[in-house]
Amino acid sequence: MTNSFGEFGKARMFFVIGSNMTEAHPVAATFLKNAVMNGAKLILVDPRKQPLANFADIHAQIKVGSDIAFLNGIMHVLITEDLYDKEFVASCTAGFEDLKKTVMAYPPERAAEISGVSADMIRDIARMLASVKPAMLCYTLGITEHTCGKNNVMSTANLQMLLGNMGVESGGVNPLRGQNNVQGACDMGALPNVFPGYQQVANPDARAKFEKAWGVKDLPAKPGLMIPQMMEGLADGKVKAFWVFGENLANTEPDIAKVEHELASAEFLVCQDIFPTETTRFADVIFPSAGWSEDDGTFTNSERRVSRVRKVSQPPALAMPNWWIFKEIARRFGHDWASSSGEELWDNEISALAPALAGVKYGRIEQDGLQWPVPDDEHPGTAFLHKEGKFTCGLGVFTAVEWTPPAEVPDEEYPLVLSTGRRLYHYHTRTQTGRSGLDYLLPEETADMSSADAEALGILSGEMVKVRSRRGEITVKAKVTPQVPQGMVWMAFHFRDACANWLTNPVFDPATQTAEYKACAVRIEKI
Amino acid sequence: MAMKTLTLNGSTVEFEPGQTILEVARAHGVHIPTLCYLDGCTATGACRICVVEVKGARSLVASCSTPAEGGMDICTDSERVRQSRRLTIELLLASGNHNCITCEMSGDCTLQDLAYSYGVDTIRFPNTPQPHAKEDMNPFIIRDFSRCILCSRCVQSCQEVQVNRAISNGYRGPTAKIIAGCDQRYDQSDCVFCGQCVQACPVGALIEKKGRFQGRAKDVDKVRTTCPYCGVGCQLWLHVKDGRIVKVTGVEDGAPNKGRLCVKGRFGYDFIYSDERNKTPLIKENGEFREASWEEALDLVANKFREIIEKHGSDAVAGVSCARSLNEDSYQMQKLFRAVFKTNNIDHCART
Ligand code: SF4
Ligand code: SF4
Ligand code: SF4
Repeated sequence: MTNSFGEFGKARMFFVIGSNMTEAHPVAATFLKNAVMNGAKLILVDPRKQPLANFADIHAQIKVGSDIAFLNGIMHVLITEDLYDKEFVASCTAGFEDLKKTVMAYPPERAAEISGVSADMIRDIARMLASVKPAMLCYTLGITEHTCGKNNVMSTANLQMLLGNMGVESGGVNPLRGQNNVQGACDMGALPNVFPGYQQVANPDARAKFEKAWGVKDLPAKPGLMIPQMMEGLADGKVKAFWVFGENLANTEPDIAKVEHELASAEFLVCQDIFPTETTRFADVIFPSAGWSEDDGTFTNSERRVSRVRKVSQPPALAMPNWWIFKEIARRFGHDWASSSGEELWDNEISALAPALAGVKYGRIEQDGLQWPVPDDEHPGTAFLHKEGKFTCGLGVFTAVEWTPPAEVPDEEYPLVLSTGRRLYHYHTRTQTGRSGLDYLLPEETADMSSADAEALGILSGEMVKVRSRRGEITVKAKVTPQVPQGMVWMAFHFRDACANWLTNPVFDPATQTAEYKACAVRIEKI
Repeated sequence: MAMKTLTLNGSTVEFEPGQTILEVARAHGVHIPTLCYLDGCTATGACRICVVEVKGARSLVASCSTPAEGGMDICTDSERVRQSRRLTIELLLASGNHNCITCEMSGDCTLQDLAYSYGVDTIRFPNTPQPHAKEDMNPFIIRDFSRCILCSRCVQSCQEVQVNRAISNGYRGPTAKIIAGCDQRYDQSDCVFCGQCVQACPVGALIEKKGRFQGRAKDVDKVRTTCPYCGVGCQLWLHVKDGRIVKVTGVEDGAPNKGRLCVKGRFGYDFIYSDERNKTPLIKENGEFREASWEEALDLVANKFREIIEKHGSDAVAGVSCARSLNEDSYQMQKLFRAVFKTNNIDHCART
């Protein structure tokens, strides 16, 4: 997030696209609802009538995967009606002419045809956005989990720059990060192209810095593989040994049948986890880990805030802290690593190596955490980025993008769009929530569908149905709900048997390798 | 806006127009007890505990809902005020069941504290039993109406803080009750089990069922930590007894959540105590897992990785880190892959 949750309360307008905040980020949603109750405007862009729809001034129920056409349509209106922030565009951005050229091909009527939102509503949204400044744009996986995910993200940034909503309090582009520490894992360099602190592995200076710090030579310069490429590497034999820490890939990756084949192909698979999972079944060795509250460390939330996580008990039996396990392997390769606690790792290595974290030390985050960048020990942290239009690399650059449809669209054989997400009462594959009694509140998966589709198929709510895609089929309870528009089925991936990922399409954004979880074609059969 | 002045317990103090008497008093370090008042929500003035005496006014006024005015002469602790508070406490104690012996909130209960500090040891009114049955059906929240003092803090938490709009004030007079929907069970209403109402309840009328009889305020240590679920990163108090979490509450002034939690952060903590945890290293042999020592398992993994790297090169190994675990763990894993295995094949589910 460029901005912070603390700014929600002061915001005058929200543009929420592809974010089911009330269920996936419930506490963030409470701040948004507070602001709306106090008069802030809310434009919601979502195919489903999700809970925030009750609070929205305008709910644009776009078709799955039409985001870019829709956003380009809004920008078309902003430009043709001369409603954009000319001063900001002139002084803080580059590439406006290219953007203009591209969005000119998306008059509201064309955007309407693609997105299913009327041209009038598109105009209304543009005008409303132009009338209240700043607006906070929030998005979640509805934007990123598409084959055009990166372009979707670019589009949201284009819109906010065009409106001059960057670098201001209660503005910005705010992806709400899914997992508790997905921001942190990125910051730590658990990515194939960067060291901790986003220092490029391809940059010789960065390599030299880390070689010195780690006392090693010849750090590899070539960026590594991303998860889907690793998985494919397992199947085609390029990747022989695979180490999975924590993730339950056998349930969370698209097309479970394919994923399991890939996992089974590994020559040697190590899993490190707190529970046996569908993934650990394929392991050659399982390392038992200390869990949350069994070790000291930090998490970094969506707003870049590094907060303490504390230990209150010992891990069960022989389970050990994760950092200890990695350290022990390093030792067996002749590397003696000095740090042996979360605090030593953070204070002596991480904060010393990542410039944006230089001023974050355990001693400073006893109470509230600090939001990076925190360049030095005196720095109070940074609530919002790009202050006064100063972007990291000079000007904010518009990147004009064309709309592309999802890789798989409905046809005669598979006439419905399956879109997936998370539900309030569970988290991912339920390894945790399923063992905390939350099954009481949500005991099973459902295929959420419209009454129109249910009627056409002769299906009653609560009846078991088959949902079939080109990848697989599942048997699941149908739930007829006004949330879901005609032509769509909506499911989550919390329950193994009826996991949406038996059906989802393993196609990925070419740049980010994010899977298109939000769109594939299915059919529903009565049984 | 220009500051104004008033007299507070004999001293002249400044205030901003628009502040309530309670806010002015708090700003100047003067304690006025409250019961129904919930920070950040509309003051209702319902409980009458926060009454103060304003010179010239005929009756005592509720400080939480009365705006301060220039020139007011306020006394927050006069005998008349104390008498009134005593009477209010006595009436609250006379209605319903306020036996503290096994009450979960004993030691952390505003009503108990008030009764003690105002020396209310006899109750001159007959006890009026409270007619609504306890709700103890779901695994998370117990509603014990016999302890409810109808302060409505729960309603405000639900309506104004979380904006879940699940509960409201129902019925009138002696049958008054906080109701979910049209007087349904929590688990059959719009309630989403955020538990904010429980956190706001000043007495033992709403309590966490998982923590029942597991340890009260004086028995626990409170340890601050971060929620293990979503990317909001809510700050939690773990209430810990003998190394075991018995309850979780939100850190009231903590950033980013300001005391708020959702169902997962508040009630989703006890998975760590599951019997199904991985407890020892396991090695697969002939398709079956068997227990192993750390030495054996670590040696096996190190040898296998060394062998594969020697034979097929560094890029024949790959690792996926965990977006749920600590920063320090992810740092250490990427360091292992880069500095030791000499590959950048390290990733995590960064995009989901
Ligand atoms: S648990 Fe949350 S949603 Fe349910 S009544 Fe209490 S405050 Fe409202
Ligand atoms: S349940 Fe608790 S918070 Fe709600 S009205 Fe009763 S005493 Fe007040
Ligand atoms: S309490 Fe709920 S909203 Fe807060 S971090 Fe945990 S899961 Fe997210």
